[in-house]
Amino acid sequence: MENPHSATLTQEQGSSLWRDGWIRLCKNHLALFGLAVIAFFCVIALLTPWIAPYGYEQQDLQLGASPPSAAHWLGTDIFGRDMLTRIMYGSRVSLLVGFVATGVALVIGVLWGTVAGYAGGRVDAVMMRLVDILYALPFMIFIVLLMVVFGRNILLLFLAIGAVEWLTMARIVRGQVQNLRHQEFIEAAFSMGLSRWIIIRRHLIPNTLGPVIVYTTLTIPNVMLLEAFLSFLGLGIQPPQSSWGLLISHGVESMEEYPWLLIFPGLALSITLFALNFLGDGLRDALDPKASKD
Amino acid sequence: MLRFILSRLLQAIPVLLVVITATFLLVRCAPGGPFSAEKAVPPEVVRALEAQYRLDQPIWQQYLSYLGDLARGEFGPSFRYPGRTVNELIAGGLPITAELAFYAMLVALLIGVCAGVIAALRPNTPQDYLPMSAAMLGICMPSFLMGPLLVLVFGIWLEWLPVSGWGELAGDKILPAITLGTGYAAYIARLSRGGMLEVMSQDYIRTARAKGLPERVVVLKHALRGGLIPVVAFLGPAFAGLLSGSFVVETIFQIPGLGRFYVQAAFNRDYTMILGTTVFFATLIVLFNLLADIITVWINPKMRHQLSRSR
Repeated sequence: MENPHSATLTQEQGSSLWRDGWIRLCKNHLALFGLAVIAFFCVIALLTPWIAPYGYEQQDLQLGASPPSAAHWLGTDIFGRDMLTRIMYGSRVSLLVGFVATGVALVIGVLWGTVAGYAGGRVDAVMMRLVDILYALPFMIFIVLLMVVFGRNILLLFLAIGAVEWLTMARIVRGQVQNLRHQEFIEAAFSMGLSRWIIIRRHLIPNTLGPVIVYTTLTIPNVMLLEAFLSFLGLGIQPPQSSWGLLISHGVESMEEYPWLLIFPGLALSITLFALNFLGDGLRDALDPKASKD
Repeated sequence: MLRFILSRLLQAIPVLLVVITATFLLVRCAPGGPFSAEKAVPPEVVRALEAQYRLDQPIWQQYLSYLGDLARGEFGPSFRYPGRTVNELIAGGLPITAELAFYAMLVALLIGVCAGVIAALRPNTPQDYLPMSAAMLGICMPSFLMGPLLVLVFGIWLEWLPVSGWGELAGDKILPAITLGTGYAAYIARLSRGGMLEVMSQDYIRTARAKGLPERVVVLKHALRGGLIPVVAFLGPAFAGLLSGSFVVETIFQIPGLGRFYVQAAFNRDYTMILGTTVFFATLIVLFNLLADIITVWINPKMRHQLSRSR
């Protein structure tokens, strides 16, 4: 648990918590490596339209599927399109889904958990009971259903995945808020006449940030997996848009003759998931020492 | 204990109702009626079809009669294949999917528990790092990547195992079971390592050691039971995951199970089929969660004790 006074003196003591965390994170080389890989991939994804070696739609039908070479580092697909370019464009969609859907989950989960934890009593019971019920729903199947009923639309994909992932976030935040609620600094803030909303925004949410950041980092790989899973089944991202899941699914179709079409997008996805998981574990050790038992 | 089981059963009812209602409404909200996309059909045929599928009734009446059907165990007909019902498809596909899930679970538990226990016996040594790195690999290697890669290596390059099918060629069940099981093996390895680490530091383990019991007995007889509680609690969610994992694995290996039917129904926009299978899946998942909860309480003496005291 953090120092209970850290929220009232945000500037001086609050920052030391983060500096401690940063120092601890820096000692974890795997986590730093993960951070570097993610940053590298994000920069590449952002700059893709300017640095991609070929155009996204550029075909060379005469070349066809060719193995990696000096001109095409990761080979070309059956239409003679450069795989490196396609993987770079795919990373934009995969990473975007990962971050945006996690963002949706973050906002819903934090608000829901904070309100439930702060209100307590009957409101809390009803809100968390709802979370329990939603938890028991087979969401994977529901997302498939949503994608079938409303068409395969990327915005809906964000919402559907976000709507699944907020539940655990809400539980974590509620637990934190319940712990914090009865501490002196909250009572002090209340006795000073601050409104509930300001207490929630200024004092409760900042103090729950540690576990929230950790869980967010661990949610992103799950979300990316979910998107890849749906795209693999043909229920997620649709051509001409591309994502790593879709590239893998195309790669599977011709893996016998052209294995590089499967292996390179697969590597891109696996490396990213690895990096995010290592970073998440490292952040958990750094920011939330109590939770890092297993 | 009985009271606990009963109360959990009662809690499952609202969950199932929410599932059924939400699925029903979603499917009814689907843009375009099931017959509207087809070529122009005479209005009387449309009316006859609508009467057959009860689409001419108000929606609440459709809902109530669907609930009635479900209570009688009928999951409804298929829109696309007249004469076929969801029940028939479940009867045909469920045994195959169940067998696949069973083997996958076996793979997951065997590899996962062994790796987790071995890692927990010497934490922070190579004996710990090696299995745990492998587990991380298993988590970051989704089934739709693992499956094709296994096929590529063992089916196509080495030609050791068949690349697809189910129960036709010798050994064609091995790759699907491994593909579906490895991801869970990885999670189970991490969970059992965590559970074992916690249990091994408890007083009763020290007592067992102080009595001079051999380490093998301490681990297998005393520690394992407590250490595996997190694994058992994970089995409910794992089962739900196995079902959705079967979508992918059955598609990759061309296995005629429930998962592949579901994906096909999704592609064909066979709405009644999706509705029926979703409700069926949901019921299964809710029941398995329930079962996992009950077993968790049953093997955990502390929780059992709390239950009998609170009564």
